[in-house]
Amino acid sequence: MTATTAARPAKRLGIKEKYALMTRGLGWDTTYQAMDDVFPYDKFEGIVIHDWDKWEDPFRLTMDSYWKYQGEKEKKLYAIIDAFQQNNAQFNIVDPRYINTVKLFLTGVTPLEYAAHRGFALAGRNFRGTGTRIACQMQSIDELRHAQTQFHTISHYNKYFQGLHDATYMHDRVWYLSVPKSYFEDAMTAGPFEFVTAISFSFEYVLTNLLFMPFMSGAAYNGDMATVTFGFSAQSDESRHMTLGLEVVKFLLEQDPANVPIVQKWVDKWFWRGYRLLALVSMMMDYMLPKRVMSWAEAWEMYFEKNGGALFEDLARYGIRMPKHYEVSIKEKHRLSHETWNVFNNYGHAAAFNVWMPRPEEMDWLSEKYPATFDKYYRPRFEWYAEQEQAGKRWFNNTLPMLCQVCQIPMFFTEPDDPTQICYRESSYHGMKMHFCSDGCKNVFDNEPEKYIQAWLPVHQIYQGNCFPEGTDPTVPGFNPLVEVLKYYHFQLGADGGEFNTSPDRANWEKWTGQDLSAAPQAKAA
Amino acid sequence: MAVIALKPGYTATPKDAEDKFHGNRLLYLGWDQHLLFCAPFCVPVPAAMPFGALVKEVLPGVFGSHPDFAQIDWSKVEWKDSGKPFKPDFDKSLADNGLVHKSALRFRTPGLNGIAGSCS
Repeated sequence: MTATTAARPAKRLGIKEKYALMTRGLGWDTTYQAMDDVFPYDKFEGIVIHDWDKWEDPFRLTMDSYWKYQGEKEKKLYAIIDAFQQNNAQFNIVDPRYINTVKLFLTGVTPLEYAAHRGFALAGRNFRGTGTRIACQMQSIDELRHAQTQFHTISHYNKYFQGLHDATYMHDRVWYLSVPKSYFEDAMTAGPFEFVTAISFSFEYVLTNLLFMPFMSGAAYNGDMATVTFGFSAQSDESRHMTLGLEVVKFLLEQDPANVPIVQKWVDKWFWRGYRLLALVSMMMDYMLPKRVMSWAEAWEMYFEKNGGALFEDLARYGIRMPKHYEVSIKEKHRLSHETWNVFNNYGHAAAFNVWMPRPEEMDWLSEKYPATFDKYYRPRFEWYAEQEQAGKRWFNNTLPMLCQVCQIPMFFTEPDDPTQICYRESSYHGMKMHFCSDGCKNVFDNEPEKYIQAWLPVHQIYQGNCFPEGTDPTVPGFNPLVEVLKYYHFQLGADGGEFNTSPDRANWEKWTGQDLSAAPQAKAA
Repeated sequence: MAVIALKPGYTATPKDAEDKFHGNRLLYLGWDQHLLFCAPFCVPVPAAMPFGALVKEVLPGVFGSHPDFAQIDWSKVEWKDSGKPFKPDFDKSLADNGLVHKSALRFRTPGLNGIAGSCS
């Protein structure tokens, strides 16, 4: 036999080499056009990058392995959803009030997943570093998948419950949905470095546990296997996104000392913007989950004060400190959920989900979790509501609220050191008064007033006449602005929002399951 | 210019200038220590409206559903405009009282402390 030399196969590539070839190996520096012209957006924010190759990808994920993993997850997810639908598993939830958290999620959070898909696609396009571009691309595809799986999963509930029929349309118009919408659009209209600091670091890394934990554990506690399923399917992506968030800031901080104060300013801003957004989660945890996981105050202590505190201790070596005004979030933790639930009980007739007063044992749980505040400030208020309801005069508020110019939330937050006094803050821009709910939001405004004077504030837009269905004539006799605004929102009047106890959701649930919900103890009147 | 923008000299137009409100201006109204009303209110009002008309005709529609409202002694109410003590002249217009577009007017009703004294 003659020895041959040609037939030996080449050595298999290691993951690291394969990764390098399939990411950085696909990038090049342009020569016909200047790199600065091809990537015009990655310098104006003031961030200095000396060596893009210092970007370390924590997961070294390539497109071919990505498709394989995600494809497997999709197959499992849709198999479970099929089984869920065939078994009428919507009736396995413990209490029909629970479904209102799903409505809030679909209208408030799922459109943000889609916005994140767009945002990361945009950021990826604008970074000249190949590794960073690839990481943004992967996350962009993840976010699109999350939006899709959430719509597919929740669409099953749309066959049985109100308020789920037009989530993306509502997201662009409804007063309380302008809060998450404007939060994300603020990030998307910033430069690419601010966007990734805002979304990858400040949200995904620092605050995301406070969004996903309550929704996913809440779903599990309350028998919602559909939401648990997409939660599991997204979980491995989320841990990748969190790791990316930390990599983003470390990379920026290590590249140049000039980046440190810029990043700190973004951390301050986006911590505060994200924290304000989480007000919705606080009320969900303490009021909307019939079976509670933990209180908002406990969650804030565990996920922000303890875990977030440790993170910022670790970042101190780069010269980064705790976000400005974090101490206000700690002072507010014993009142945030109660104040937020009061907002929706003021304006529940103009929301796409139902509201209600806690039942006696739920009030007691709140007293136990919030011994310093609940009985003193909130129980008398909520018992008064219950009394009105039992007298057949369910109380709602019919005048539109003053909104914060930055977070766009009704100005319900109280002074950090006085829970009985609304917190008013004001700035002037070319002689025009601008109002804020907090020092945190005022700071954000004062740093970039040109941006926030353009805010689409729902209340002001209604008064400008921009929120009625096309062709509406506000001068006709008997014109009812609230009804016209709700039509513009695509709400089904009397079905999508309002008091749970008189809602079609409750009536249908009783009809379909044979349960008598009036047997459950109702809220005690004062 | 504070905003960091790609284009030097970037400027913007406020979305809520007074001329967009069909002859009205916005007035914010808050009743301190009455947090049943979750937040202060925003109402469009004509600048020429007398302050007395605001109190007699507008406030009842806004705050009247609160059990404390009927007991208010308007001669004892303490007012604040943008956080500063303010003494309104009930016969003069809102404008002549110095209230402008987007003024934040607050009032306090000593002795009335909300539902069961809870500042609700």
